Formats: sequence, C-alpha cells, structure tokens
Amino acid sequence: MSIDKNILVKLKDAGFRQNDKWLVKGVSLVVEKGKIVTLIGPNGSGKSTTAKIALGIYKKIDGEVEKYTNKVGYVPQKVSIDWTLPLRVSDFMVLTENLKDEAINEALSLTGVEHLKNKNLGNLSGGEFQRVLLARAISKKPELLVLDEPVQGVDFTGEIALYELIKKISEELNCGILLISHDLHTVMSATDHVVCLNGHVCCSGSPIDVAKNKEYKVLFGEQASQTLSIYEHKHDHVHSHEGDIKKN
Amino acid sequence: MFDDFFIRALVAGIGVAFVTGPLGCFVVWRRLSYFGDTLAHSALLGVTMAYSFELNIAVSVFIISSVIALILIQLQKKTNLPGDALLGLLAHSSLAVGLVVIGFLTFIRFDIMGLLFGDILAVTIDDLLIIWIGGGLILLVLKLIWKPLFASTVNYELAEAEGLNPDRAKAIFTILMAAIIAISIKMVGLLLITGMLIIPAAMARNISDNPRKMIIFSIIGGLLSVIIGLFSSLEFNSPSGPSIITASLILFILSLLKIKQSMHLKN
Repeated sequence: MSIDKNILVKLKDAGFRQNDKWLVKGVSLVVEKGKIVTLIGPNGSGKSTTAKIALGIYKKIDGEVEKYTNKVGYVPQKVSIDWTLPLRVSDFMVLTENLKDEAINEALSLTGVEHLKNKNLGNLSGGEFQRVLLARAISKKPELLVLDEPVQGVDFTGEIALYELIKKISEELNCGILLISHDLHTVMSATDHVVCLNGHVCCSGSPIDVAKNKEYKVLFGEQASQTLSIYEHKHDHVHSHEGDIKKN
Repeated sequence: MFDDFFIRALVAGIGVAFVTGPLGCFVVWRRLSYFGDTLAHSALLGVTMAYSFELNIAVSVFIISSVIALILIQLQKKTNLPGDALLGLLAHSSLAVGLVVIGFLTFIRFDIMGLLFGDILAVTIDDLLIIWIGGGLILLVLKLIWKPLFASTVNYELAEAEGLNPDRAKAIFTILMAAIIAISIKMVGLLLITGMLIIPAAMARNISDNPRKMIIFSIIGGLLSVIIGLFSSLEFNSPSGPSIITASLILFILSLLKIKQSMHLKN
C-alpha cells in the first residue's frame, strides 16, 4: 500500500517473459508527481517493455506493479495508422478522451502543429506525427505521462524545444513522467532519476550517480560517462521559461 | 401495408443496412472480413439446429455463431496455427457439418438456395421485428462501446494504457458480429453477408476523409444497395442477396472514380 500520496506508479522487482525469454527482469522504480524518471539502455534492453509493464499493457508479469492513477497519457514508440482508417489529426486528438476544441488547439500549438489540425494523419511526416502524438498525450492533462522516445524523427531545434516542453509540463501539471530516450545529452538536463537497463537494472540514481557507475561506463563507454558528468557540472543554474538564467 | 412481401423485404433490408453500415466499417478497419465469413458459414449449422429443436432461426444462428467465435478465440490461444488457417478450418468444417446434418433431417424440406443466397419471399412480420429490435440493440451497444473499440482499432496499446479496456470492447464486438449475421441471414443469405458488411464500407472509404463520414456513407451505400437490389430482384426475378451485393459492387466501382479524381488533384 502506498502511504506516500505522491507516488503514481511503483514497480517492485517486475519482469516480463515472452515465449520463455525474459524481455526484462527485476526492475524496481517509482514515478512520483512532478518528477521525471528516465530509462536508458541499449536496443533490446527492455525499456519499452518496462514502460508497458508500468502502464498495465502487459498483464502476466513477474513481481508487482502498483498504479495509483488512471489519468495517463502515453506516447508509444511505434504507432502505425492503417490506410483503411481515414483519420484526421483532430479525430486522433479525441481518441481516448473527449476534449473541447480549445483544449485540442492549445495542445497542438504547444507542440507547434496547430496548422495540421485538419490534415490526414497518413499525410504527416515522421516528425510532425511525433509532435501530434505528444500533443495528444498532454492534451488530457494526465497525472502520469509515459513517453517512449517522444522526439524520434524531430529536427534538432525541435528536439530541444520539445524536451523543454516536457520539463515545463511536468512542472505545470505536476505530473510524473516516465521517459525513454537514447539521447543522453539532452535528457539528463531534465531528469530527476535515471534507470539504466540492460535486461535488468544495471544501475540507477541521479544522473551524476549513474554517470559515475562502473556498469554504466561498460555499457555506454567512457565518453558517454563524461558527457553526463560534464552536464551535471554545468548544472549550477536553471533556465526559466522566459529564457533568463537563474543561479541555483 | 406489411401484407405485401416486397414491402416486408424492403423494410427488412433497410433495417439490416442501418446496422451493417457501421459494423462493416469496423470489419474493414480491424481486418475481420474472414472472421465474418467464418461466422456466416457456421450459421448453416445454426439453421439446422433451429429446425431440429424448433427454435427461432435468428436465435439459434446467434447462439451457434457466438460459440464458433469462442472456439476460435480458444484455438488462437492454444495452437500455433496462423489466424487465417484457423478461420478456414472453422468456416468450412462448420459449413460441411451443417450440410451433413441437413442430409439427416430428411423429414424437413430445406430451401438450400434461400439459405445460401437469401430469399425475400421468406421474410415474415416476425423477422421484421427481430431485425428492427435486434438491429436497434446492436447499434445501441455499438454506441456504448464506441470509444474503447475505436481507440483500440487505431492502437491497442494506447487504448489499454489510457484505461479504456479494449479487450472487453473486442469481446462485445464479436457478439455483435454474431448478432448481425443472425438477423440478416434471411435477407442476404449466409454466403453473401460478409459482402453486405464489407462492400459498402469499402465504397465509403473511397469517398471519406474521416471515420464519421465513412460510417455515414457506408450506411447510405448499404441502403441504396438494398433498394436498388430488391427492385431489380423483383424486376428480373433474380435472387435477393446476389442482387443487393451486385448493386453494392456497382456503387463501389462508381466510388473508384472519386479516388481517381482526388489523386489527380493531389498530383
């Protein structure tokens, strides 16, 4: 039972097995309100599987999952829309929850794709589609956001802007975020807690703790570790939304 | 007014088209046309059961189709055979068993052609009640499960993650499929029911840019097919089911013109 009301989802020694093969094993983590937890790890290390365990998509799991909210926004790693289903962006926005028009417009403009509202989903570029996915997930003002590589295919400047948006959303909505990303550099700036996966939890902790960890160095190489620690050293100020810099 | 067999057939067909329109869209979107076929084939077994135990045809077809759907779900879980092989297995074996049982029921005269291809002469006032009340219920239930069913049609994991319970919606939809087959078997016949589901929806896809439009056009397409089909059936003395499906095919071909047009516009 959760005594702490800030906990949104809690995994305790969770694992998932498919066709007698463990996709991921022994994962424990907690996502709390207003906090960003990032999963990193190589391909096939079980990041998406862990997210799906947390979301309750996988049901026959090992260990325990406790989810304390039903207000969830999810950006899956892969979404393919079949041609047989004609779907505009505006139809997709209300897929799981009915929203007012203003709420749809607001979310779309936050991710910079308001002009695509009446376009067919099949005609969007990869980056545009990704922005729509993110807009849909945040539009319902969720308590828990699960973002599986949310900026894949987005151009470089857009990527930075979207990560800033994600950080801002976690503060404004006070929602917990479970983020999966390959981009160590950008992600670490916003993350409160890092879980490094490779079929199991290699190491976890604050970005700086993880960067110092031996197993992490083995997995990502010395350079990645330096990137991470360099970043942490720079972290003596914060950027406000207006763009000015505040010393910590 | 319902004394006239043709009026009865028309009212029955219109009722069926209102239900096959939206259901057919889901059949196309979820790629369930072979599933529909399988349920329809198994309907023959339902008909024989109705005669053997003196049950209402729609009720016993509904029961048998639901049972076949359940067996299919179990087979999918317990075997490694691909889905289409399982569907073929169930479709043809239930059709075959149905025909064998008919062979044993020598004391009843069957109108096999009517069962396979529909028979407008056979539509009774009771059938009308079953179609309109049953059809109304099907549409009501579809409206209730719309959100989870549609969301999981677009993306199962999104629907599941965001708490919509897509598995329940899918199970209920399967029952709705069995129900539409049960109420429309007399009109269209068991070999052609899936056509009534798919062809108007496919036609609608060609001329729609959003799901709502596609459903409305699918209903309109079905209605036109029924009306044109039944009048030509009366005129040329052709069987009702094939006439309706042929009409829907003509509408589909016409809708292809619209696709060509919009492709020209794009280029």
